[in-house]
Amino acid sequence: MAALEEGFTLSAVPLGAGPHGLLGVEQSDRPDQFLVTDGGRTVILYKVSDQKPLGSWSVKQGQVITCPAVCNFQTGEYIVVHDNKVLRIWSNEDVNLDKVFKATLSAEVYRIHSIQGTEPLVLFKEGAVRGLEALLAEPQQKIETVISDEEVIKWTKFFMVFRHPVLIFITEKHRNYFAYVQMFNSCTLSKYTLLLGHEEKSVIQRFTASVDRKVISLMSLSSDGCIYKSLIPIHPNDPEKNQRVVRSLLLKTVVSGNVRNGVALTVLDQDHIAVLGPPLPASKECVSIWNTKFQTLQTSKELPQGTSGQLWYYGENLFMLHGKFLTVIPYKCEVSSLAGALGKLKHSQDPGTQTVPHFVNWETSRGYGFGSQNSEQSKRILRRRKIEVSVQPPPSKQLLSTIKKDSEKRIVEELCKFLASKQTPDFHTIIGDIVLELLGRHKVEPSFYPRNALMQLIRTHVLSYSLCPGLMEVALEKTDVQMLQLCLQQFPDIPESVTCACLKIFLSISDDSLQEAEINMESVSDYIDSVQEEKMEEQTEILHNGFNPEEENCDNCDRELNKKPQDTAEETTSCPVIPKRAALLRNAILHSAYSEMFLLPHLKDIPAQHVTLFLQYLYFLYLKCSENATMTLPGLHPPTLNQIMDWICLLLDANFTVVVMIPEAKRLLLSLYKFVKSQICICSELNKIEVSFRELQKLNQEKNNRELYSIEVLELF
Amino acid sequence: MGEFKVHRVRFFNYVPSGIRCVAYNNQSNRLAVSRTDGTVEIYNLSANYFQEKFFPGHESRATEALCWAKGQRLFSAGLNGEIIEYDLQALNIKYTMDAFGGPIWSMAVSPHGSQLLVGCEDGSVKLFQITPDKIQFERNFDRQKSRILSLSWHPSGTHIAAGSIDYISVFDVKSGSTVQKMLVDRQYMGVSKRKCIIWGVAFLSDGTVISVDSAGKVQFWDSATGTLVKNHLIANADVQSIAVSDQEDSFVVGTAEGTVFHFQLVSVTSNSSEKQWVRTKPFQHHTHDVRAVAHSPTALISGGTDTHLVIRPLMEKVEVKNYDAALRKITFPHRRLISCSKKRQLLLFQFTHHLELWRLGSTVATGKNGDTLPLSKNADHLLHLKTKGPENIICSCISPCGSWIAYSTTSRFFLYRLNYEHDNISLQRVSKMPAFLRSALQILFSEDSAKLFVASNQGSLHIIRLLEGSFKHLHTFQPQSGTVESMCLLAVSPDGNWLAASGTSAGVHVYNIKNLKLHCTVPSYNFPVTALAIAPNTNNLVIAHSDQQVFEYSIPDKQYTEWSRTIQKQGFHYLWLQRDTPITHISFHPKRPMHILLHDAYMFCIIDKSLPLPNDKTLFYNPLPPTNESDVIRRRTAHAFKISKIYKPLLFMDLLDERTLVAVERPLDDIIAQLPPPIKKKKFGT
Repeated sequence: MAALEEGFTLSAVPLGAGPHGLLGVEQSDRPDQFLVTDGGRTVILYKVSDQKPLGSWSVKQGQVITCPAVCNFQTGEYIVVHDNKVLRIWSNEDVNLDKVFKATLSAEVYRIHSIQGTEPLVLFKEGAVRGLEALLAEPQQKIETVISDEEVIKWTKFFMVFRHPVLIFITEKHRNYFAYVQMFNSCTLSKYTLLLGHEEKSVIQRFTASVDRKVISLMSLSSDGCIYKSLIPIHPNDPEKNQRVVRSLLLKTVVSGNVRNGVALTVLDQDHIAVLGPPLPASKECVSIWNTKFQTLQTSKELPQGTSGQLWYYGENLFMLHGKFLTVIPYKCEVSSLAGALGKLKHSQDPGTQTVPHFVNWETSRGYGFGSQNSEQSKRILRRRKIEVSVQPPPSKQLLSTIKKDSEKRIVEELCKFLASKQTPDFHTIIGDIVLELLGRHKVEPSFYPRNALMQLIRTHVLSYSLCPGLMEVALEKTDVQMLQLCLQQFPDIPESVTCACLKIFLSISDDSLQEAEINMESVSDYIDSVQEEKMEEQTEILHNGFNPEEENCDNCDRELNKKPQDTAEETTSCPVIPKRAALLRNAILHSAYSEMFLLPHLKDIPAQHVTLFLQYLYFLYLKCSENATMTLPGLHPPTLNQIMDWICLLLDANFTVVVMIPEAKRLLLSLYKFVKSQICICSELNKIEVSFRELQKLNQEKNNRELYSIEVLELF
Repeated sequence: MGEFKVHRVRFFNYVPSGIRCVAYNNQSNRLAVSRTDGTVEIYNLSANYFQEKFFPGHESRATEALCWAKGQRLFSAGLNGEIIEYDLQALNIKYTMDAFGGPIWSMAVSPHGSQLLVGCEDGSVKLFQITPDKIQFERNFDRQKSRILSLSWHPSGTHIAAGSIDYISVFDVKSGSTVQKMLVDRQYMGVSKRKCIIWGVAFLSDGTVISVDSAGKVQFWDSATGTLVKNHLIANADVQSIAVSDQEDSFVVGTAEGTVFHFQLVSVTSNSSEKQWVRTKPFQHHTHDVRAVAHSPTALISGGTDTHLVIRPLMEKVEVKNYDAALRKITFPHRRLISCSKKRQLLLFQFTHHLELWRLGSTVATGKNGDTLPLSKNADHLLHLKTKGPENIICSCISPCGSWIAYSTTSRFFLYRLNYEHDNISLQRVSKMPAFLRSALQILFSEDSAKLFVASNQGSLHIIRLLEGSFKHLHTFQPQSGTVESMCLLAVSPDGNWLAASGTSAGVHVYNIKNLKLHCTVPSYNFPVTALAIAPNTNNLVIAHSDQQVFEYSIPDKQYTEWSRTIQKQGFHYLWLQRDTPITHISFHPKRPMHILLHDAYMFCIIDKSLPLPNDKTLFYNPLPPTNESDVIRRRTAHAFKISKIYKPLLFMDLLDERTLVAVERPLDDIIAQLPPPIKKKKFGT
């Protein structure tokens, strides 16, 4: 649930804001520090948690800053542009902006963009883009004009998509809007015309965008107060052609229409956006959080002193101008895994393995204060080696610092040492921190993928999805099936969307790459092998739960099935997937916890042939199940019949319309249909028998029930 | 031992009333049960679950709620809008008080036992103060929209929860205002039902309110925030009752499908302190709606439309695994509903609102053991006597000669004279009954039918001389000074000299009728008396107690007989003591003074005092008739108790003459056949 926390003002000094507000708030290279550029001459560096400025720089009287200051994450220097063309670069130590590096450019700059992991980009007002390095090498180089006359850049944003920088900017010309997407890896620029649809008359006031794997979803707030969404592909089919993008209504009337100023919006995450503006014509301005998925207002906060219609979102903080002050409102959206709370819980725990603590036990973590530590220490006195350990800094800290810089091999060594040491009550939180640290480093330097270390950490049985949310995403990105399998087996609280993403990968990964992967086969192979050797005669009989199809009233589907008994038998006896894939599906996916409601929408995204394959496999498992009297699969921890049936039902529910159209799936559907039909027949027969039995019982009673009155002879001995 | 012709009677068309409420009193270990006909019964769980008292019902008094207050005072409330307090000593209604809120659906006594709440049809919740001798209206709580069907106090007494239709309200007792309103989902198996009736609520000390409703849900609410915490869908039909244990670690609910579910507060994992309510055990002892449940410290008690009272001990709470740990199913009243005229071979059946008189048939044939003899004359239904007024019959009796019938309701006593002219029978009511003969708990005629003994609910015993068509009051034995306990059981000696009378707890008093004086009092015993009889000739008083002990007391000698001392010394056979229904009738063989005939619901027994007593190693029941066993073995295995379990459930058995027995059976199937059909549950498919 998203929530806005109590806000606070950053500076008591009224910024030279004026009616236009601030130029911008930008991240610096240190977390928690932000560069605030006011509309006049000053750049201030704030530390948000301390609510105080760390530094302030001003340009000379007469000069005006025209573009918000940004931080070059690669060098740690700050960059600002004043008087449209003059670029200034300085660092923390510099005091006077006059004396720092200066470069005068040949064209007017619109914005400088800088984000983690790439060099800053300079966007010129004419639409051209240059990397900072290239620009500084030759400041006076000729800058070409990209956009036409009278076209004005309205808004721009810079993303990293798969480690490739992508820049989007929106221009306006005579109330027509165009989106330009600049890819830097391929140096392509694509232009899109934004079609306004029915709301032609409305003026787009604000933009925001987020990026998914392949598309940029551009959200625009129109003057009618509604938010529209347009999807712009990152990889255009035909970059040369001018393409059109239609926009669709996302949220209706989030702010009151006809408000010219003071509205803004920004994307917070996949499902949430923040909107600034008055919700009703007469009301005060508000910042509100909307859930776009459920179209609900999550929370809102009134800003009685008015705002400038600017909103920035970094980390967990929303920045806005409230009256004359820059206000920071921390925003939290907790990831809730409903599967853990509502959904089907994991099947029984393996008796041998350590039980996984489902949630962080705060009690013990807190209780590990003074008393317990003392007793811990007194125990340590007995063992000298332990005393040495306790004198040293905690092993976890040491490990964390190792992770920051050392090689993977060294990390694994340190990790082994750490895992061998005594487990403290907050062991699982430390493990979670270590994983996050590893992932953090992976994010910064993508070549660093400490797979062995991660696997080892997962095998500690204490991790859960919520402790290291990024881990599975990384594994998904890398299509590391082995790690995914391990995660699925170990984590109790995987969201359905991730389970489904894993399922997609398991189904789509090629057989060759599967063969290379090391997968825990558990006991899959023994029955799959045995199956393939077996002959099929006996199985056709068990097929319908003891219900002989020949005896049924034959209808079309029966005939069709009976036409090719040989084929059917083959289909039912051989496993439709290779053992490794079977192991992945069976041991990982079928056992995972889920809630139908949340899983169904994700299942719809699976391609049809994969659905068919999975269904075939499930059907095969069902047939294996019904082979023996106990209705179980052989091997250790097999999925139960119920789990198999639930998955069949789920898949069919989600994809029935698709599956029904696929010719390959026809036979499978027919046999499933037949199976269900035979079950219904059995049930109705049983119900009939029950009724006849009751009649018999009644007859029997009447027989026993002699007349109401009789005289009998009794002899007592 | 002997050969008998047995009149096996199954035409006693008795159907017990369904159970509506049960209330358990922890202090006295007694259970109050109310039935749909308004009868209230008190069971003593310490005394082998004996039904020691009962209050007759009334047509207009449908009891909807029953509860115990401080000092073991019993209150009931019903659809006539009245609150009733019962006098457990005198066995009558102490007073009734109109709550002026229309029909009362629910009632609850405060945790301290000093306040009484009733929930009425008009949506009002009324608070009464319980004063030492009455109750006094205190005030109304905020009026609700619809009837209040269930009430529960918070153990601290500061708040109450009230279940209505579609919502639960929480009231603050001090201010009487609603502090929380919790709406219940109407959805029933995905279909929106019109209304969701909250059949029961329970308020726990941590503020949790548990509700059971007509949509089959058991829900846990946080009363502080008014939010639903947990939901258990346990039935496809209504969940009608709930009862929580005193420790609040377990509770029981009953459903309309006849299932009783036990919920327990168990640790989430084996060593964590976090606990969770878990549905642990389902019990299916009922076929119909379980309208009422109670939770004693050691047992789950349930009752419903199928008329059984089921006491299911909790195995983990029972310390000694003895016979008390067994499931009890009580179906029939622990008192006699049948009396018999030996001379004319008549049976008088007592129903709630009428009496039936039947004449037994006859046969001329003879046969051997097990034969059914051809009837030369079938049994006749002679008379159907309906009561006047709405009150239920308390007791009835036919004189041994068959010419008098007496019965009593709570406020009136009726005596009829029967005249037989060939096959015709005429009935004449004896009018002008004296004022003191208003209500009788027990009626008995002397052996020669010349005297009538009436135990009234004031504790007094009246003796009336019967003349042709009229009567004369002879004497009244007033209760012992200081006691008001009513006599429930009477026995008169065949020679007409002695009258024995027993109450529910004090000992048996023996009166001399000749000189109209109290002769002696048999020392009181821990367990209530279930049956009494005085043997002919010897005038030995035989007393059966609810713990299955049988005593023989010589009235002339004023002491226990030698045989009684012997059997007490040796002890009864363990199988005898393990029977779970009390002995309800004792009679004697006119020609064999050594024989005592007694029966409970599942066996009848002839005790031959001349034979050796069985010890625990002896084969107690010898069901197979010896075929070609030698006399030696027979003599060796023969013991005093001759038991037959052929007739069951046995409601009445007596000797008509030396060679003839009458046994009245009431097969359970016949009762079930007369109940409304239960909710049909599909066994197969979904």
